[in-house]
Parts: sequence; structure tokens; C-alpha cells
Amino acid sequence: MTYVDFTTVLPEVILALFAMLALLFGAFTSKDATTTLLTWVTAALFTGLAIWIGAAGSGEHMAFGGMFNDDPFARFAKVTILLSAAAVLVMSQDYLRRRNLARFEYPILIALSVVGMMMMVSAGDLMALYMGLELQSLALYVIASLRRDSPKSTEAGLKYFVLGSLSSGLFLYGASLTYGFAGTTLFSGILRSVANGVPLGLLFGLVFMLAGLAFKVSAAPFHMWTPDVYEGAPTPVTAIFATAPKVAAMALIARLVHDAFGSIPGDWGQVIAGLSVASMFIGAIGAIGQRDLKRLMAYSSIAHMGFALIGLAAATALGVQATMIYMAIYVTMNIGTFAFILSLERDGAPVTSIDSLNMFSKTAPLKALAVMVLFVSMAGLPPMLGFFAKFYVLKAAINADMTWLAIAGVLASVIGAFYYLRIVYVMYFGKETEGVGSRMVPVQWLMLMGSAVIMVAGIINLFGIDPIAAVAAEALVR
Amino acid sequence: MAMIILLAPLIGALICGFGWRILGEKTATVLTTATVFLSALLSWIIFLTFEGPTQHIHILNWIQSGSLDVEWAIRLDRLTAIMLVVVNTVSALVHLYSFGYMAHDENWEPKQAYKARFFAYLSFFTFSMLALVTADNLVQMFFGWEGVGVASYLLIGFYYKKPSANAAAIKAFVVNRVGDFGFSLGIFALFFLTDSIRFDDVFAAAPVLAQTNLSFLWTEWNAANLIGVLLFIGAMGKSAQLFLHTWLPDAMEGPTPVSALIHAATMVTAGVFLVCRMSPLYEYAPDAKTMIVVVGAATAFFAATVGLVQNDIKRVIAYSTCSQLGYMFVAAGVGVYSVAMFHLFTHAFFKAMLFLGAGSVITAMHHEQDMRNYGGLRKKIPLTFAAMLIGTLAITGVGIPFTHIGFAGFLSKDAVIESAYVGSQPAFWALVVAAFMTSFYSWRLMFMTFWGKPRGDHHAHEHAHESPKTMLIPLGVLALGATFSGMVWYNSFFGNEETMRNWFGMEAAQHEAAGEAVSHEATAAETEAPAAAADTAATEAPAVVADTATAEPAAHAPQGGIFIGPDNHVLHEAHLVPEWVKLAPFVAMLAGLGLAFWMYVTSPQLPGMLARGMRPIYLFLLNKWYFDELYDAIFVRPAKAIGRFLWKQGDGSLIDGTINGVALGLIPMLTRLAGRAQSGYIFHYAFAMVAGIVVLVTWMVLAGGAQ
Repeated sequence: MTYVDFTTVLPEVILALFAMLALLFGAFTSKDATTTLLTWVTAALFTGLAIWIGAAGSGEHMAFGGMFNDDPFARFAKVTILLSAAAVLVMSQDYLRRRNLARFEYPILIALSVVGMMMMVSAGDLMALYMGLELQSLALYVIASLRRDSPKSTEAGLKYFVLGSLSSGLFLYGASLTYGFAGTTLFSGILRSVANGVPLGLLFGLVFMLAGLAFKVSAAPFHMWTPDVYEGAPTPVTAIFATAPKVAAMALIARLVHDAFGSIPGDWGQVIAGLSVASMFIGAIGAIGQRDLKRLMAYSSIAHMGFALIGLAAATALGVQATMIYMAIYVTMNIGTFAFILSLERDGAPVTSIDSLNMFSKTAPLKALAVMVLFVSMAGLPPMLGFFAKFYVLKAAINADMTWLAIAGVLASVIGAFYYLRIVYVMYFGKETEGVGSRMVPVQWLMLMGSAVIMVAGIINLFGIDPIAAVAAEALVR
Repeated sequence: MAMIILLAPLIGALICGFGWRILGEKTATVLTTATVFLSALLSWIIFLTFEGPTQHIHILNWIQSGSLDVEWAIRLDRLTAIMLVVVNTVSALVHLYSFGYMAHDENWEPKQAYKARFFAYLSFFTFSMLALVTADNLVQMFFGWEGVGVASYLLIGFYYKKPSANAAAIKAFVVNRVGDFGFSLGIFALFFLTDSIRFDDVFAAAPVLAQTNLSFLWTEWNAANLIGVLLFIGAMGKSAQLFLHTWLPDAMEGPTPVSALIHAATMVTAGVFLVCRMSPLYEYAPDAKTMIVVVGAATAFFAATVGLVQNDIKRVIAYSTCSQLGYMFVAAGVGVYSVAMFHLFTHAFFKAMLFLGAGSVITAMHHEQDMRNYGGLRKKIPLTFAAMLIGTLAITGVGIPFTHIGFAGFLSKDAVIESAYVGSQPAFWALVVAAFMTSFYSWRLMFMTFWGKPRGDHHAHEHAHESPKTMLIPLGVLALGATFSGMVWYNSFFGNEETMRNWFGMEAAQHEAAGEAVSHEATAAETEAPAAAADTAATEAPAVVADTATAEPAAHAPQGGIFIGPDNHVLHEAHLVPEWVKLAPFVAMLAGLGLAFWMYVTSPQLPGMLARGMRPIYLFLLNKWYFDELYDAIFVRPAKAIGRFLWKQGDGSLIDGTINGVALGLIPMLTRLAGRAQSGYIFHYAFAMVAGIVVLVTWMVLAGGAQ
């Protein structure tokens, strides 16, 4: 480990060390009483790292003989992951405390998971990739069953673990096939090997690896775990699942297909397009029947992943840029929405059914307005930011001569608009039933309002992420 | 000054239309009338003092897009000046007349305000018509053209509680769309070929157009002829010429002042104005001119036959209008545009007067319009009778043969008929027969209304009363016009070619010498005319046609309000027709008068017998040659059937059905399926993943690019 390598991987090292120290600190002091402190410190560290990576990082560096990349693409993904994780951490803290779930391991596990995610998006080698992936997943398996005394939460954790293992198996099988046919696990090496022709085994490897990763982004038909886990896990955990890991996995797919298989976009492009169409439609259609907000959000994220995959299927720099912008906007919308879901309660108990939102606009007009903005944005209606997210990916598809994919996307978004608008309908024109309270701590309120304002104000120039995403995409697609 | 004329009615209309609630109905209506009177006064000043070349008064830039540059400008020349006088004079008088006519209207609730709306529409119409006649380019003209169409629609349907009025308004609008489609195609073609819609550019390019071919529909056409025909189709719609005439009689559903202003004196003459305005183009479009003559003569004849048997006083005058418009088109079609304008000019006075007179009769008879219920009104309403008599004398063309003394119609109609004799013999005969019928139905109207015994409702007859002053003054003014306008301006329009050319600001006749020679050799010099033209081309300044032949396109538009081609001698020859030709319309007029007198005064039982004796012909005429029924069967019903099909089948079943089917049937079904698949069992989920990967791998094996 040379000095240069160490500098490149410094943020990850810092975070990993912090996680271990925090664990020691928590274990040897007052345990769960330190949770609040640890949460805030972790969130602060995430934010600090994000600022550091975003502001100070420049150029492209490789470490450990190409196993670790630090390029604009990785930095874009890392900043998004860190900020979203920080946001989810601080806004779920109150919920956990009141539900008596405030374990001091929670922020530490999330910190470890984030280290894994950062590894994933920077990976330049199948081994590094798998290491990051597993670190991320293991931490998440644990927090899925955070509420140990609840059968639902335990069931969610178990399901996630079993199916996650299956997907890891699929991925590993693909990785070993790839290694067998390419003779190396380095992305750059695979790319060189692909240039001399693609043996069928290598293609098999690619498909298996994509299947394993599709599980992580919950793309159909590897999505089945999502609704159950989202529903069963405590809401703050669901919020985590729906945000940072999705960004990491999506970035990972982008990195894998472009860095290792960039010269054969025709092959993986159609696989991703197929996954994308299946996800969009299953997400849209499946959500219609849901009665629970968290399950609904699960299908919503399945559909959103389908849209994000459109950009990757296009296999162009514009496509990658569109996907990254899509993910950034998606994460912002989800943070706001989950801030709202976290706050819902009736008689002190959390409520997540859609019916409970009946005539919510009467109880809390401002919040209802913000939620309406968010849902309309998720449905992809102009002038909200969500429209531009979809616009970018559809444009990328059309520019890449995949008009059929764009058409499918539009159709799916029409179907999907139904269930988003139904929530708006319920809030404004629903039946008079027993209402629901929305108790918010300031940070949740800030997240909800902030993301709603961003959905409206962001249309001016997307807060400048457009050129940054373009640079990130340039770094990946060459 | 021209700008004030153009904009004053618009301002009046806007203030009256939107501000009457603040100003009060009375003030608002007086205001519009005042603005139109101002315009009328200024128009007369321009008309009497205007001379010299065409003026362009730039107002504003309107549309600039690529090479299309439409400005808003007033084109002021003799043609415009004539139309300004016609439009503003009649409009001002009709505004005044409406104070009396619209004072009490049974179509409205006692307290309902309708007058301000009516006056605002009238003023808006006036503005649109002025925009039309002052246009300096085709787009501006089209704006005015559509503006008058809208105003006409609004005013025909003014009694919007009457279903028949609404139907008539829609009919007028739809039939005009047919014509307007032709008009707009003509504008497109001109822009396509000349890259400009300014009149000057278009006129300058006319000789080139005559040499150009344009493919349209199924074959190649001569561009000038094609454009001429397309523009004429527009004129046919607006001027209610045969085939597109059906809306005009129905338009009588509107209040009578509207009929006088729009459907007699001004708007319907816009088609004639268009042809005269485009005279530099038509001079190079012989086939289009032939078509104009044929359609004009046919309309004159057809409308006169229908007018013979109608019983509604306004419908008789409406068909009369239709017929007189045919006269104007014949004159324009044979190439004597000044005569067309002459007849337009005089016709505006006497036809407006007839309509206003009819309105006065209708008011007197408490809104009874059927002439069979009139009779003997001479004594009851003497002033109206006098006005109607002058109007009838004018329209039938009473005057002293072989002199230039007579009512307005005598001079202008005879000029048309003489020109027609030179231009086209069949048209000449059609017009003479039409003149006979004109005389018959006009006198029939007079005799049925004012002579004989009172028929119909006693009550109405007993209470018949003379109209108020506001209605009688316009009649008096128009009576002056109907009597003297022909005699005063005879030379300017027709009598003396040199005066005419000066008046219209044209270049001096190039064919003067040659034409003289021709006239000495033979009177009916049709065969000689080309030779004379060749002469001209050789001796005088090079004719425009020759100019273009040598690849140098004419750089400038011809001077003056109208243009008469170098080989067009119709006007000159019209003065040299045989004596019997000059006498023919007079004889026809006398015959019509005599027959009408015999049938409706001497032996009033005769018409009934005749109608029974020749029932098929009577019904054929009474039903207007069954045009409405024919159109109903050919166009209206199929259109409705198609519409119903698209509505019920296309929209209702197919589009709504598909969307509802997908949204209410398919998607919920799929949702249930998706819900069932989400069983909660891990092995189901794992199976789905494995199935997914099997599908993907199979797909890659089959479709992938592996070696």
C-alpha cells in the first residue's frame, strides 16, 4: 500500500475507521444513550466527506493496481450517496427514538454500509466490487431486522438475506465465468479481452452478474423482495433502502457495463432494456393495487429504477448522464416523501395506509401541498423536476435510436401517474374518515419542504448538477 | 386622414362593445354612429379630392417570418376611395337608420339590452370592411375578409334565440369557408410563386405568372389562370355567386339594417372588389375571366328567375342582390373593371335604399314580411313609398335612351350590358333576359306592396304608420344617390375612356391609336383585336408581355387603381355597339313593367292561374332550383353521417373504448396478477429470479453477439 494509493482511498478509510471507533465508543460508554450523538456525528461526517469529495476531488486516480478508481463519476455517485444517507439518518432519528428503536449500532451499520457503497462505485475490479457489495448488503441485512421483537421486521430481514444471498451467488457465478473466459478480474483487462471477440461463456458471465446487480436495484424480475422488505422493515430502514443503496447499485451497473464491457453495448444494452421495460410496467401496474404507503413506495422505486435503466440501456454518455441525474432527483423526491411517511401517526402509533390520508389537506394544508408536489413530480408531470428526470432518459433513448423504449417508458409513466395522483386525490377530495396526524420534528419538516421546493425551483437549471453529471458520464463512457 | 377613417369605427366598436355598461346604451350607440359619420365625411373628402399615383400609408409591421413580410398599410388609390365612400356612407346611414328600426324589438325581453351589442357589431363590421378595402397586401385583405365574415355571422345570428337565425348564421359561415379556402389557396400560390403577398410585387409579377406553369391537384395549370380561378372562388363565396349563393337568402334572418349594409351594399361586393383589385393579374388570365363571365351571367339569370316567385319581401331583394352581383362579375370578367365598380357604386345606393325601404314597410306592418299580406300601403306610408319607387326606378334602369340622363341603375346597368355584348354574346342575352325579369319582380314587389287592396291582417293594416325620422332621413340621402350617382360619375367610370384613365390614375392608353383604327374599320372587331395588339407591341412602348418574353421581368407594378391590358379594348368598343343593343335593356325593362302591371294591377287573378297552370316550373322556382335540397343530399347529409360515424364509432367506440378497456379492464387485471404473484413465499421469489435469469440467458444465446 503506497502513499498514493492511500491518499486516493482516504475518505473510505476515514469512514471505516470512524465506524470501528464509534463502535468501541458506544460499546464501552453508555451504549444506546449515545445513539443521538453518534447519529449526528455520523451524519456530520457524511456531509463533511461529501463536501470534501465534491469540492477537493479532481482528475482521475487509480489505486491498488487499478482495483480502485477515483474519477468524476465515482465522486458524483459518492456525494449523492453520502448526502442522502446523511439526510435519511437525521430525519429518522426522532422516529427511532420514539419507537424505542434507537440502537447505537444503527448509525454505525449505516456508516459501514456507506463504506461498502463507496467501494462499489469506485470498484475497478470484480473482487473489489464484490467486497463493496457484500459490505453494503450485510450491514443492510442487519438493519432490516432492526426491530427484533417484530415478526414482520424479522421476516423482512430474513427474506432480504436469503434472496440477497441468492443474488450474490448469481453474481459470483457470473464473475467466476468472466474470470474464466477473460483470465482477469480487472475491468480494464476484461475490456481488452472482449475486444478480441466475445465467447459465449463471457456473455453468460455478464448476464449472471447483471442479474445479481439487478437484484440490488430491485429491477424486475428480481424485484420480488422489495415490497415485502419495504413494508416489513421499520420506516427509517425503508427510507435507507429506497435511497443510497439504489444510487450505489445503479452506479455500479453503469461502471461494470462501461468499464468492463464498454465495447459491446449491443449485448448488455438489450438485457438492460428488457429489465427496464419489465421494471417500469411491473412497478406501475403492481402499485395500483396497493393499500399501504410503504408497499406503494416499493413499487414506485421499482418503476423508477426501470426509468433510470433506460438511460443505461442507451449505452451513451448522454444516457449515463441522464441516469445519474435521474438518480439524484429520485433520491431527493424519496427523502421528502419518507420524511412525510415517517411523520404519520395516529394515537402515537405509526400509520402507513393510504386510506389514512383521507382529507389530509384539511388537517395540514402546507404539508399536503408539499406532498402533492412530490407525488406529481414522481408521476413525471411538468413543471416539476420529476418530469425533467424522465425527459432526460427518454431523450437519451431516442438519441440512441431506441424509440420503442421511450414509447414504453411513456406508456408506463401514464399508468404510473394513476397511483401517484390517487394519493393526491385522497388527500384533497377523499372521504371524511378518521384523520391522521403528522407529527414532525423540524428536520423532517425541513426535508419535506426542502425537497418539495427543489422539485419546483430546480427546473431553472437543476441546481447545476447537469454539467457535473455530464462530466461524470464523460469519465465513464469513452 | 385615411388612418382616421380606418380606425375610427374600430375605436367606436371597442368602446361601445365593452364600455356600454359604463357609458350607458344611448351614449355608446351615439358614439359609434358619430365615429362612422366622421369616417364617411372624410371618405367623401378623399373621394372628391384624391388624384395622382397610388399612396401607401404604413401603419405597422405585422408579421415577419422568413421571406414573408406582412405590414399593415393603407393602399390609397381610386379603387379604395370608391369603396371607402360606398362602405362608410351606407354604414353611416344604416347606423342612423338602426336607431329607429332597433328601437323596439320583440325578440328581446323588455329590459334586455341589445342595442349596444348591435351597434358594436355594425361598427366592427365597418372596420373589417375598411381593412379589406384599404389592404395593401393579400394577408391584410384576408384579415378584413374574415373579419367581415365574422361580423356577418354575428349579425345574421343576432336574434340568437331564433333557431332559424342561428342556422342561417352557421350556413353563411360554412358556405363562406368553401370560398375562403379557395381564396387562401390563391394567396398561398401567389406567395409560392412570387415570394411576396404585397399587391405591388404580385402585380409586377403577373406577366411572369402568365408564362409559368404550376402543378395542382392532378395536372399542370397556367399559374395566372389557376390563381385567378382560386381567387374567384373566394369571391364567389363572399359575393354569393351561383353554387355558393345559398347562404345569402337565408342571411335575411338578420335584422333588416344588416341586410342593407352587409348583404346588399358592402360585404357581398367584396368579391367584385377583389376581382377589380386583382385586375393586373386577371388581365393575364383569360380562362379565369371566361369563368367569371359564365358564373356571373348564370347567377344574374338564375337569381332573377328565383326572384320572380318569392313572397318574402326581403328574399325578393336578396335574390335581386344576387342577380345584380352577377352583372358586376360579368363586367369584370369581360375586362371593364371600371364598369363593374360603377355598377357596384350605384347598386350600393339603390339596393341599400330598397332594403331600408323594405325595413320601413316591415316596421309599418309590425314585422310582417310576406308580401301577400301587404297591399294598398301607398297612402299609409307615402314617404317610404316614394323612396321605394325611386329605388325601383333605379334598379330597373329607367332613363332616356341614347342620352346619359336617367336613374343610377340605368347608366351603370346599360354600361354592363353593352360591355357584355362586346365581351360575350351569350352573357349579353342572359343579362338582357335578367333585366326583363329584374324589372318584373321589382315592379311586382311594388304593386303587391303599395297597390291593390289591403290583404292579410286588418289590425296590422289599420295601425300601419310612417317610420320615424331616423329611418326616413337615410332613405332620403340614399334616394339622392340612387337618382344622381349614375349621371354625375358616368364619364369617370365608363363614358369617356380618357377621363376614366385619369380618374383611376392609370397610364394613358397605349392602344388609343390602334383602337381608333380598329373602330373605323369594323365595330365588332373581335377578330381584329389581336392584330391591333400586335401593332401596339411593335409600334408603341414595348408591351409588358413582350417585356417578360425577353427574360427581363417587369420590375414595377402597373399604375393606378385598376389595370387594363394593352390588348383589352372592350371598354372602347362598348361605346360603339349597335343602337339596338343600347336599346335592349330599356325595352326589357318596359316589358317587365308592363307584364307586372298587367298581372298584379289589371288582373290580379292571373298569377294564381299561372302558378297552377305551370305548377312544376313554379315549384322549381319557388324552391330556388332545389339547390338547398341538392346540397343537403350531396354535402350536408354525408358530412353529418361521417361526423356521426367518427363520433360514435371512431371516438366513442374505438378511442374511448380502447382507453377505457385498457384502463378499466386490462390494467386492473394485471394488477391482480401482480398482487397474486407477490405471495410472500421466499421460494416463489427465488423461483422468479431463477426464471428471470433463464429467460435472460436464453435470450442472450439466441440474440447475443457471441462467437
